[in-house]
Amino acid sequence: MRALVWHGTADIRCESVPDPEIEDGRDAIIKVTSCAICGSDLHLYDHFMPGMKSGDIMGHETMGEVVEVGRDNSKLKVGDRVVIPFTIFCGDCEQCRRGYYSVCERSNRNKDIADKVFGHTTAGLFGYTHLTGGYAGGQAEYLRVPFADTTHIKVPEGISDEKLLFLSDIFPTGWQAAVQCDIETTDTVAIWGCGPVGQMAIRSAVLLGAKQVVAIDRVPERLSMARAGGAITIDFSQESVVERLNELTGGKGPEKCIDAVGLEAHATGSIDAVYDRAKQAMLLETDRPHVLREMIYVCRPAGVLSVAGVYGGLVDKIPMGALMNKSLSVRTGQTHVNRWTDDLLRRIEEGQIDPSFVITHTVGLEDGPEMYKTFRDKQDGCIKVVIKP
Amino acid sequence: MRIATRPARGRGAHSSSERLAKGLGYFSLALGLAEAIAPGAVCRGLGLRGREDLVRAYGAREIATGMAILASHDPAPWIWGRIGGDAIDLATLASAMRDADEEERRSLSLAMVAVAGIAALDVACAWGLAGDKAIRSGFDYGDRRGFPRTPGAMRGAARDFRVPDDMRMPKALRPYGSGDEPTRARPSYM
Repeated sequence: MRALVWHGTADIRCESVPDPEIEDGRDAIIKVTSCAICGSDLHLYDHFMPGMKSGDIMGHETMGEVVEVGRDNSKLKVGDRVVIPFTIFCGDCEQCRRGYYSVCERSNRNKDIADKVFGHTTAGLFGYTHLTGGYAGGQAEYLRVPFADTTHIKVPEGISDEKLLFLSDIFPTGWQAAVQCDIETTDTVAIWGCGPVGQMAIRSAVLLGAKQVVAIDRVPERLSMARAGGAITIDFSQESVVERLNELTGGKGPEKCIDAVGLEAHATGSIDAVYDRAKQAMLLETDRPHVLREMIYVCRPAGVLSVAGVYGGLVDKIPMGALMNKSLSVRTGQTHVNRWTDDLLRRIEEGQIDPSFVITHTVGLEDGPEMYKTFRDKQDGCIKVVIKP
Repeated sequence: MRIATRPARGRGAHSSSERLAKGLGYFSLALGLAEAIAPGAVCRGLGLRGREDLVRAYGAREIATGMAILASHDPAPWIWGRIGGDAIDLATLASAMRDADEEERRSLSLAMVAVAGIAALDVACAWGLAGDKAIRSGFDYGDRRGFPRTPGAMRGAARDFRVPDDMRMPKALRPYGSGDEPTRARPSYM
């Protein structure tokens, strides 16, 4: 089959690789009908995340049709239409039973490495480093799904792939980012980053009833999409984020802050951004936490910081004094996809939201490598790429 | 909805300005290495007698700029940096004219023409990159709301959703006046 294969920094190729096979009774193989490039794939493309090996297949936003089922898998049958959550989960362990699927204790087959790096393992992920299991990703013609009897979202016929695909990651990620803010009708929710997750977080915050939603970015087309979703926008290359947020909140700061940026913040004109670049270049820091610092600084005391953006390692100069003295709550985590998807699928079916609004490019698998660069460099108005293998 | 089946050439792929920037980055590196490793030979070639230390410093500048151009997602600021460097190079060459003999003057004149040519390329590259950015900014997704009605009409449409207890704010941190104000802890003897 053909797949998008990682070979090094900014080196992804469309290649022929062996077809996946059933390896365990709970597995299934799906024929991929649609997949997408995620913002967090760019951390691998730029090689900021450790643990990739040449030859790894990319991708963790995937849907398709079941074509083969393991002997112990009674939940799926050939022909079922499924969206595959990016987190692989067993459904049986203590964390899964509590609904914390993204920290499943059993699905990471490289648990020993994760235990050493993070203290305790998190769930296995598709196409996202050997730290999370080294599983083949879904930017391919076929995908092997481990623990497939639990790791799936069955979806009905009659709704387009484009409306359903993002149940795999960005929609529940943006949703959880807003949900864990516990939004009140009096709240201002500030969202850093208007990429795909930021766009979903904006719409989630609106649906959950925030008084005002403020979105921060510098890319004009992303800001225009954010405004379309109901956000007041701040172009951080043109104005001071802190001043503007204080202005919009009567000088008190937003109650709820969402980081939809993560480890590759592109701040301009700030001293800490230059500092992070220099430290990263000298391998003294892995991530650039400008957004975290700004959120801690501007958030209203007793507010909530919700971190949906992906971080990979070590950060520096976090204003711990402000974080502690302001009584801020910090909520983080990869989203527990299946905890939200029944509800979100219902909202899509009822027409409350159509997540396909975010798609700007649809291409074939062979154009995937070129689209990684286009997406990374924010060229050609690119916000979300869907690939049809 | 705008859906491109392939990105337009010159924008989705490397634009000609980006390719030129990359070329200038390699040129900076090569020139910088020559100036840093063999400043004597470079000075003899240019007619810059006795300025080896200065040329070595310029070499370090070129290497840093070249690396920055090649490593950066946005080479534009570094190309502008090169233009500043070109101006310094021209001033250095012009100042050396005063003490130069006839043969050195000929070398210096040729070097100034070459630097002026490269400076023109740098300026063209910087303008081209600025143009690319302007094209990039030409997309308007103001119609992509994702909702069936206006965001104002959709505000609170998901209020039927109950935030799970493990993701709720502690009562003590909920807004004042919401009816969820914390109660004061009482001493056990009361």
